Amino acid sequence: MIAETTLKALQALFPEPRPEETVADVSDVTEEIEQEDQESPPKDEPRPNGVIERDYAIHGYHLDAQVSPDQLLEAIDILDKAEFFIETITGVDWIKENQFEVIYDFSRYDFDICRVVIRTRVPRDEPVVPTITGIYTGANWHERETHDFFGIKFEGHPHLVPLLLPEDADFHPLRKDFKA
Amino acid sequence: MSKPIKLGPDETFVLNVGPQHPATHGVLRVKMRMDGEYIVESETVIGYIHRMHEKMGELKTYPQFLMNLSRMDYLGAVGYSHGHVLCVEKAAGIEVPERAEYIRVIMVELNRIASHLFWFGAFVMDLGGFSPLMYALQDREHILDMMEKVTGSRLTYCYFRFGGLYNDIDDEFIEDARRFIPRMRKSLDKYHKLVTGNIIFRKRLEGNAHLSKETCRKYGASSAVARGSGINFDVRRNEPYSVYPEFDFDIPVFHECDSLARYNVRMAEIEQSLRIVEQALDKLPDGPIMPQKAPKIIKPPAGDYYQAVETARGSFGVRLVSDGGKTPYRMKLRSPTYSNMHLFDETCAGMLIMDALAFMGSLDLVIPEIDR
Repeated sequence: MIAETTLKALQALFPEPRPEETVADVSDVTEEIEQEDQESPPKDEPRPNGVIERDYAIHGYHLDAQVSPDQLLEAIDILDKAEFFIETITGVDWIKENQFEVIYDFSRYDFDICRVVIRTRVPRDEPVVPTITGIYTGANWHERETHDFFGIKFEGHPHLVPLLLPEDADFHPLRKDFKA
Repeated sequence: MSKPIKLGPDETFVLNVGPQHPATHGVLRVKMRMDGEYIVESETVIGYIHRMHEKMGELKTYPQFLMNLSRMDYLGAVGYSHGHVLCVEKAAGIEVPERAEYIRVIMVELNRIASHLFWFGAFVMDLGGFSPLMYALQDREHILDMMEKVTGSRLTYCYFRFGGLYNDIDDEFIEDARRFIPRMRKSLDKYHKLVTGNIIFRKRLEGNAHLSKETCRKYGASSAVARGSGINFDVRRNEPYSVYPEFDFDIPVFHECDSLARYNVRMAEIEQSLRIVEQALDKLPDGPIMPQKAPKIIKPPAGDYYQAVETARGSFGVRLVSDGGKTPYRMKLRSPTYSNMHLFDETCAGMLIMDALAFMGSLDLVIPEIDR
């Protein structure tokens, strides 16, 4: 139930035709189904933005939305209105694609279970994402931690200093090119 | 709570609670700006025992990483292993024999009782009562003894394997567990008489540290912190995993939103865990504890996977990003206390310091689990 309404709300973020994507087979990907494990790194083609319904029994979540950084706040706002709680924020270093991915996990305090994943990709040499602490105050530590480990900047964050690493840390241990 | 007397801004001072202080339950530092005995604002500083478990997750193969999970939370270790093995089993498509699932549940629930007992003792000690800690440790010792005989360790268990278990339980364990249940019920009665009904105890906690549902949602709180605020959320019920749907048990929810409600939730949970163990022992099926074809090398197909479980401290999640290799591409561990502790700063503003420390105790902190 809630999964359908959230899916509709998230889909509204993506107007159907995407003119800048001229590659022939890319438009099929947004049409979900059979594209299960699309975001695997061996694929050179990165996944285009859009919402995909996932098989909960395999992946453990229902909706998987990839948005651009400037759509992020809008997407998070939809989840806030639907009474989702924030589970965690994670970074992933896709070094071959020269990109960082920031993953936001959401779930609900409800028996109508619905897990939503919002992900956004930023270039590795200029990793800036808007902060969502304005919507979810509890994102504060999660964003600081992601900043610690990956060096992703959360623009507008009130207190972006190292959380788990030493206070003068200028290294980012979860980057794939990090050498201890 | 009475209002603080207005002082000039230069009359406040900064108080460091921790990093080494009995009230912080571990290596945790809270910088508090104080106005006399009232907290104006506070900042929790964590990371003193950060060990980069997530990096280790990337460097080690799946079986090698198994023992890391119990090092995160030394009081309720088995629950964390459970989340990890379930996530990898789901990703790699490994079948688990039914007997193994039942034994896992027995272990997780016993460990939950042990963890709650320790919390109970430590919490009452925060408030100035010493004997309940000794009583609780005595009961906890029975559980540790039982589990030691089967798993080989007392705190940092490495008992679960992908597809099953390291060791089967024997008749001695079953007998011990059956004897333990009525004894624990008797002890619970004793605790309720000794502590729950104590007027000093109640006066300290009633109305202390009001946590609204909205705050819980914004911070992603779980476990008794959320259930003490009237949120009916327990992963075992909301998102059933393993063999939990087979058992008849209740999720205690209290609506007072104060520290006493959080206390009541955990105490009621001990009773529910006893019920689950009892039923699991009754229903325990025969059979193998490892599948016929357990894969030697585990390589989950590329993609990302999430698995949440309810540990003693709340909803623990494992997010696994796999590229199809022998080691995870990224392993994120979502620890419950991290979110539960995060709301401390916002809530404790305006509180008396002794109330804030009672509130901190009611959150059931285990610092290695926050820092990972």
